[in-house]
Amino acid sequence: MTMPSADGTIFLPPQASTVAVEVDTIFYFIYYLCLLFFLLLGGSALYFLLKYRRREGGPEPVPISHNTALELAWSIIPLILLVIMFAWGVKAFLNLSVAPRDAMEIHAYARRWLWEFEYPDGNKSIGELRVPLGRPVKIILLSQGDPGGNVIHSLFIPAFRVKADALPNRYNTLWFQATRLGEFQIFCTEYCGAGHSDMLAKVVVMEPDGFKKWLDGLNRPPEGMPLAKVGEELFTKFACVTCHKNRADNAAVIGPSLIGAFGRTEGLADGSSVVIDENYLRESILQPAAKVVKGYQPVMPPFQGTLKDWQVTALIEYIKTLKQ
Amino acid sequence: MTQLDPSSPANPEGHTPPKGGVSFYQAARGWKSWVFTLDHKRIGIMYLASVLVAFLLGGIFALLVRLELLTPGKTIMSAETYNRMFTLHGAVMVFLVIIPSIPASLGNFILPLQLGAKDVAFPRLNLLSYYLYVIGAVFAIYSMITGAVDTGWTFYTPYSALTPNSVISMTLAVFILGFSSIFTGINFIVTIHALRAPGLTFYRLPLFVWALYATALMQVLATPVLGITLLLLIAERVLKVGIFDPAMGGDPVLFQHFFWFYSHPAVYIMIVPGFGVISELIATFCKKPIFGYRAVALSSIGIAIISFLVWGHHMFTSGQSVVASMIFSFLTFLVAIPTAIKAFNWVATMYKGSIWLATPMLYALAFLWVFTIGGLTGLFLSTTATDVHLHDTYFVVAHFHYVMMGGTIFAFFGGLHYWWPKITGRMYNETLGKWSWVVTFIGFNMTFFVQFIMGAKGMPRRYYNYLPEFGPYHSFSTVGSWILGLGFFLTAYCLLSAIWKGKKAGDNPWGGTTLEWHTSSPPPLENFLTEPRVSGGPYDRT
Ligand SMILES: [Cu+2]
Ligand SMILES: [Cu+2]
Repeated sequence: MTMPSADGTIFLPPQASTVAVEVDTIFYFIYYLCLLFFLLLGGSALYFLLKYRRREGGPEPVPISHNTALELAWSIIPLILLVIMFAWGVKAFLNLSVAPRDAMEIHAYARRWLWEFEYPDGNKSIGELRVPLGRPVKIILLSQGDPGGNVIHSLFIPAFRVKADALPNRYNTLWFQATRLGEFQIFCTEYCGAGHSDMLAKVVVMEPDGFKKWLDGLNRPPEGMPLAKVGEELFTKFACVTCHKNRADNAAVIGPSLIGAFGRTEGLADGSSVVIDENYLRESILQPAAKVVKGYQPVMPPFQGTLKDWQVTALIEYIKTLKQ
Repeated sequence: MTQLDPSSPANPEGHTPPKGGVSFYQAARGWKSWVFTLDHKRIGIMYLASVLVAFLLGGIFALLVRLELLTPGKTIMSAETYNRMFTLHGAVMVFLVIIPSIPASLGNFILPLQLGAKDVAFPRLNLLSYYLYVIGAVFAIYSMITGAVDTGWTFYTPYSALTPNSVISMTLAVFILGFSSIFTGINFIVTIHALRAPGLTFYRLPLFVWALYATALMQVLATPVLGITLLLLIAERVLKVGIFDPAMGGDPVLFQHFFWFYSHPAVYIMIVPGFGVISELIATFCKKPIFGYRAVALSSIGIAIISFLVWGHHMFTSGQSVVASMIFSFLTFLVAIPTAIKAFNWVATMYKGSIWLATPMLYALAFLWVFTIGGLTGLFLSTTATDVHLHDTYFVVAHFHYVMMGGTIFAFFGGLHYWWPKITGRMYNETLGKWSWVVTFIGFNMTFFVQFIMGAKGMPRRYYNYLPEFGPYHSFSTVGSWILGLGFFLTAYCLLSAIWKGKKAGDNPWGGTTLEWHTSSPPPLENFLTEPRVSGGPYDRT
């Protein structure tokens, strides 16, 4: 026997939002009805099979054409149950579709293949969405900033039981109120190409005070940490790792490998060549389409306006440390 | 028996019309007798062979996809190859295998026999349907491979619009296949209306015929929408009017509406013929008329009608209005009723029957169990609130494989074993048939049941890579796919070996009552030496 549980069940992940409880309760309501009907149908089939198995000299079958009462019963009882399912589902659906008015609004921008989040104060984060505990948060989704043309993505947070598509031409929204501290997985659930399954991110649910401090901290690099080390963390956080090889165990091939890249002379798509220095790296992060390395597609999204100067510098310092 | 009229001069010995004569295989020989044939039986066999070749191809793609998913990250192929592989698997299985499987192969062969007719109404159109299918199939595979199509079988814009032109040639291929489908549909509708044997009223028709009739209606009404979508795609490319492409002011979600307006009825085009086969199997192997015959017959038509009104259930997270989602959810629940009625009627038919557990009946039972799971899990997806969580996860993948594979393919296999003696005149090895069933059944459930669990836990579909926590489920599923593959291999061997090794089957090895069992196996060119006359229900045995 299995019942909805805050820590997850054999079917469902842990519950970390207010709507999760109701969604799970409906899930299990349907689950037990299904189990009942499966046992009724499958079980009767099995029972009849054993009981009425054709045997030498066994009884002749009894033709029964129909039984109106029975047929009405198995049409009307399921109908009633279906109406209950429908109505309960809609009630919860309205609840999870319509955000409370006082919700904090965060914009989510999807591009191949990363998630970028913009907070009310204009600060941005990539690959992680930080939210305060116990406060309704409305996510306004858009697919944008993709040089190859924007496609549809979908933001899915299993622990919150919410999902909504990010469209190129229209805003779509979802909302949640987190009920647990901790990190929860974000997936892209609308197929979007080669990096689809690596288009991951995390929601980090924080105490409201900690959230405020973190948001403020985005304005400057963390103290007491070497810049290259900061850059190393950003490299993963900003999903650079999805396309660029930075370690021997990273098999990414969508963009050029960065191992030993600094100082190398690289051939470009237009036939010219360039020496990889700080300024080339800076330009390639902010406006990647300007000088594309030969043999690669111009698919990297521009980070102009997304990254702060200290973040770009930290990334460059990190790339400089990547030796053969 | 399909109560043959004993007073009719055509049935001199009471229930048994004259049989014998040369079989349709012997009536003509050489390659021309196949390529230019107008005989529905030969066309049915050519369809069957083509569908099975496509099934082999689609199955190989499936095994490669599962093999790649054995471990996270790269197992045998790159992400790009993987994306093409699942696209090929989906498109081949849906358009080249499941849609034509039962109606075009078994339907073509059996329908005129069950009606007591000499052929379908338009034999030339029938041959044209077949060649359109072949052209469409070749064109589809060619354009997918050369165009490196990696869009999934759903071809969603704007992603598909980024792959230059291939989406058009692919839709064009599907459009040709669609015409093949429409022609078969028209042919069947006219045949059923015009060529029934004397005395064979609508309520004396076998349930397989009812199912083919409902399917034909959907094929004729839904497939043109696919054509319209294609014209709009071309208009957008050529005339640069924004229809689906947001870069030109179009709306990509509109494509989803068009696509599912066709593809949801297509789901029932795929499953309703399976319902028909199951009704035949249960009636014959329980030695009883189907309980609630009229309800089962009419529920097929009910499903066909409602199926046109539910497409928006694929779009609950697309930003579609909340009210629209509510309406689509409600209509989707309505489809559950006629489907449930069928399941209850089949099980009730077993009550006080005389159940013969031959291989076809095993497939019917497997269908009952597996399709019930597939149908019931659909309830989680029609409920708006739970669908938001489950949409585009492996839960959906498991659901439609339980319906399409566990439903349609098991019904198809059941039908193949059931009619194999009629088609070939030979009986397959029953022991081997049963063992193949066991292996297939175990492999199927191993492959797909765990997918419900990992989907509900959040594993998205169409993922090349996955988080380590999903590893055990994926590996288990992949191992299941090998067992399933072995099951198919055994089944293929069982059926094919019967052709040269099988014993002579006799005209009615199962004690079937419908008209196809009243003629020789294999039937003569004209199907019946004298026109049968019918005076009773399809499954009566008095
Ligand atoms: Cu994506
Ligand atoms: Cu549908």
